[in-house]
Amino acid sequence: MNEPLVLGFETSCDETGVGIVRGHTLLADALATSMAEHERFGGVVPEIASRAHLEAMVPTVHRALAEAGIAASDIDAVAVTSGPGLTGALLVGVAAAKAYALALDKPLYGVNHLAAHVAVDELQHGPLAEPSIAMLVSGGHSSLLLVPDLAQDVQPLGRTIDDAAGEAFDKVARVLGLPFPGGPPIDKAAREGDASAIAFPRGLTGRGDAPYDFSFSGLKTAVARWVEARQRAGEPVPLADVAASFQEAVADVLTAKAVRACRDHGVDHLVLGGGVAANSRLRALAEERCAAAGIVLRVPSPKLCTDNGAMVAALGSRLVAAGVAPSAPDLGADSALPITTVSR
Amino acid sequence: MLVLALDTATPTLVAGVARWSPEATEVLAERAVPSGTKHAELLTPAIRAALDDAGVALAEIDAVVTGLGPGPFTGLRVGIVTAAALADARGLPVVGVCSLDAVGSGARTVVTDARRKEIYWAAYDAAGVCVEGPDVVRPAELGRPGPFVGDPAFAERLGAEVVEAQVTTAGLLRAASAQLADPALFDGPTPPAPLVPLYLRRPDAVPPTTIKAVTQ
Ligand SMILES: [Zn+2]
Repeated sequence: MNEPLVLGFETSCDETGVGIVRGHTLLADALATSMAEHERFGGVVPEIASRAHLEAMVPTVHRALAEAGIAASDIDAVAVTSGPGLTGALLVGVAAAKAYALALDKPLYGVNHLAAHVAVDELQHGPLAEPSIAMLVSGGHSSLLLVPDLAQDVQPLGRTIDDAAGEAFDKVARVLGLPFPGGPPIDKAAREGDASAIAFPRGLTGRGDAPYDFSFSGLKTAVARWVEARQRAGEPVPLADVAASFQEAVADVLTAKAVRACRDHGVDHLVLGGGVAANSRLRALAEERCAAAGIVLRVPSPKLCTDNGAMVAALGSRLVAAGVAPSAPDLGADSALPITTVSR
Repeated sequence: MLVLALDTATPTLVAGVARWSPEATEVLAERAVPSGTKHAELLTPAIRAALDDAGVALAEIDAVVTGLGPGPFTGLRVGIVTAAALADARGLPVVGVCSLDAVGSGARTVVTDARRKEIYWAAYDAAGVCVEGPDVVRPAELGRPGPFVGDPAFAERLGAEVVEAQVTTAGLLRAASAQLADPALFDGPTPPAPLVPLYLRRPDAVPPTTIKAVTQ
């Protein structure tokens, strides 16, 4: 039998993603983004994102079908991000996916966005080793997960107690006068800087702190204070050094905690995902520390790390293969869907 | 032809199946479901139920009609994207109409809940033609004579009776009839131009005028 052909929808934030996979093979990954419209607000405006999803939905499906060289009627199953995310944005994708599933008379899988971030790696590196530890870091999430079975058993180990890692990048970028989103410009500026120039704090790394939780609020504030003190004194701000030192603090904490989670749980595979996983220093440091600890590191290419439809299709494909029951006809969106719910 | 009609502009979602010709509209089945904020959960089951009630398979449908609002945005988009996706998946034309056109009939002013103590409204002449609106105002500022139809919850603030009336399949078909009768309907571009909701309000978002220091 041919592996199932799955159409995946992602609209949890500002990216309208429609992906198509067959088994573990990526056939199409069409994306429309409203990022430019949010830029002047310094963050994603939910209503603007939702409006853009509605406008982009059908054209993005067409691009995905054309890219995959298939007709909609060839699809075997439909998957959609049901949460977590922005409610209004999620609902555009959920309603669209339900309509395509109804019209094509195919099963529908409402899936967890975070689990989809893990699943996408299977498109590049084949079946996930189970158990794996997964670390997902983006503007919306910072989570450490234990993944015994991606289709039905994902356990939260830790998460951010304040800002998401990506948010810290955005806020620090703003302090430095760099554009939104802050990840890419900080990464670029940091290449010219000295990562050891300024000793910024490493949140939640004390002896009594929760070993797998993250905190980036203090770091963000420390960077802002440092920069503002220079500005008040009329001194120039060494932008590259600040960017490099900040990025080093984030990468240091993230990789240390991820490696510790692997060790503590006797797991020798680590998967990274989310937009911040595209950060070059995080990738390099993760490689270095995983190699030293005998951990196999898997990181999808930057385009698959950020939100996209292919990741949802990848998880859908996994669910079909595992024989998990499709969603009920009254599927909706859950902005706070817990990671323990892989599909619903 | 057989037409599937949808609307999610009000707290009661509507899914109906009708046999339409320029001469006559026969509603074969209609589901009106009080849905509050659960349009996404309840719409596709309502469509399936309406098709079953009508004894019509989705494959037999010739065109889709959807209300474009005005209505609370989140629910409104559910109906519009559902119509667009259903039509796209089956290669059908899709027609958007003002949802208020589908409420009541004849000379009237239609009022529906726009939240934030405001109403969506539109006024129609004796022939049922929209002569003013749609727009969004506070009820006290509407300044139009009755009769009013739509959401009776606004009777007190309008200082006039509001005869309860909902979006109906027959109303949606009536509002869509000129577009359905247009022979060009079946040879539009693929994909068709996106359906544009009648938002009538800008997104709630204010660009920061000054960037505040993070430590403040
Ligand atoms: Zn994400």
